[in-house]
Amino acid sequence: MGNITLRNVSKVFGAHAVIPSIDLNINDGEFVVFVGPSGCGKSTLLRLIAGLEDVSDGEIVIDGKNATELPPAQRGLSMVFQSYALYPHMSVRSNIGFPLKMANEDKAVIDKKVADAARVLNLTDYLDRKPRQLSGGQRQRVAIGRAIVRQPKAFLFDEPLSNLDAALRVNMRLEISQLHQDLKTTMVYVTHDQVEAMTMADKIVVLNRGRIEQVGSPLDLYHKPDNLFVAGFIGSPRMNFVSGAPAAAYQAHTMGIRPEHLVLSKENGTWAGTVGVAEHLGSDTFLHVNVDNIGTMTARVGGDFPVTHGDRVFLTPDAQRVHRFDDKGLAVR
Amino acid sequence: MATLHTRSAARLMIAPSVLLLLAWMIVPLAMTIYFSFLRYNLLMPGMEEFAGFSNYKYFLTDPAFFQALFNTLAIVLGVLFITVVGGIALALLLDQPMFGQGIVRILVIAPFLIMPTVAALVWKNMFMNPVNGLFAWLAKLFGLQPFDFLANAPLMSVILIVAWQWLPFATLILLTALQSLDEEQKEAAQMDGASAWSRFIYLVLPHLSRAITVVILIQTIFLLSVFAEILVTTNGGPGTQSTNLTFLVYAQALLQFDVGGASAGGIIAVILANIVAFFLMRMIGKTLEA
Repeated sequence: MGNITLRNVSKVFGAHAVIPSIDLNINDGEFVVFVGPSGCGKSTLLRLIAGLEDVSDGEIVIDGKNATELPPAQRGLSMVFQSYALYPHMSVRSNIGFPLKMANEDKAVIDKKVADAARVLNLTDYLDRKPRQLSGGQRQRVAIGRAIVRQPKAFLFDEPLSNLDAALRVNMRLEISQLHQDLKTTMVYVTHDQVEAMTMADKIVVLNRGRIEQVGSPLDLYHKPDNLFVAGFIGSPRMNFVSGAPAAAYQAHTMGIRPEHLVLSKENGTWAGTVGVAEHLGSDTFLHVNVDNIGTMTARVGGDFPVTHGDRVFLTPDAQRVHRFDDKGLAVR
Repeated sequence: MATLHTRSAARLMIAPSVLLLLAWMIVPLAMTIYFSFLRYNLLMPGMEEFAGFSNYKYFLTDPAFFQALFNTLAIVLGVLFITVVGGIALALLLDQPMFGQGIVRILVIAPFLIMPTVAALVWKNMFMNPVNGLFAWLAKLFGLQPFDFLANAPLMSVILIVAWQWLPFATLILLTALQSLDEEQKEAAQMDGASAWSRFIYLVLPHLSRAITVVILIQTIFLLSVFAEILVTTNGGPGTQSTNLTFLVYAQALLQFDVGGASAGGIIAVILANIVAFFLMRMIGKTLEA
């Protein structure tokens, strides 16, 4: 079915190695998210899998067959692009039906499959419209519809939600997760947003400078980051890092403590500091505290914690939740 | 220009140029219409008299008129066909990454910058000449009889020369349109299993439709009044085989000295051009609103 294996895959543009060498296994039916900062090679990796870029070295195996040299259309994958890439002069119906038409399917079969996809995606009323007459979310759904009708071995998503506004993004996130539950098809999803990665993925692949930093389930990465990069990238607000004397107390070169694992008090604690900015979200409050002799730390407390700019507070790290890293930035367990 | 005051001030400021432009257009038109109703021959000065519609009658019943009408349409349609098809093909080629792209593109534009008279002379003397021309030399190289283009296929030759001049224009406009095609759309079509030909038919051509319309519109305006190329190469001949309406009017006025008849021909040409413009605008309106 839809398992994808990358062996020693590398991609070089001129003298610049975007992806030095990657080994990765994607199991059938898995929802895998590639996440990383911009320029980390995650989109390139997806395009290598899709066949839109040629690999410089290594091989890509899809469904047990070597697909390294296959053209995109013969790999049996569907892709949803960041810009949706709908055909502007075609109606929604023709857009969704285009892959089937290219496969020389019967007219009746095309109509039926398009109608089915449209029903799943709530597009039935819009089948005769042109893409420019649709809202961003609807266009997104048309792009997904075009991907679904081919019944691919796997879906590839290239930052599909980055052009939507915040509320719609949360909705579409749910819809895509729902779709994955219904279709049980392998999905490979690229994003720079760690919240999307955490909420949707079965397996997250954290990439940095073309290298895989860590592969694991969302909670694995949250609780047991392998290194400083993953620790800093996963979790919002990001983990606080302290080095020097306070870290030495935990026998570490650098210690990391997540904002939600700091206990705040107005009377006493390990570290004393002054509140710089307090962000009140209602349910939570994010405090940016200037800790004496250490620097700025972020703490997450209940929504009703009564502090404002300039207050003195005390922070105590939860010793069970402290992450320790050696001088190379690798986790010490 | 929000307030009444600024609006009326603006109108006042525009007024002189509008009036000047109007006079510039109205005076020649009115004089042409006036002359078209006169018996006005340069060989008989001072004999002008009112002639009613007879100038129109003679011009419209002249067998040369129908030949000219046909030739005008043949030049417009022939050149449009060659430039649009050739322009798309050249644009597709030039869009490919290649060595020396900048220089090649400049070379492609070059014919457009050459004056019509010069271009026509170059074609007449260096390419199509049956004794010294390049084509004649090529024909002799293969042991064939040289073909006298301007004598045996005058209209086709004129179309060829004019098309050569307008091909760069079409290529340039279509190339810029081609480059504005979204890369992700092409990739999406690739993922959808569309072959290169299908991508051209379903993606590239619809994307180019607007640019093609613009090319057709602009070229039609200029092609209706092709003149220099005909004057320099065939002089409208042999007979009237390569005479178009513009050349016929010129011949009437300055070869037969019949200003009245030429004016009538000019007015007819204006009416015909307006009919063409009417259909063109409808076509444009349909393409551009989509």
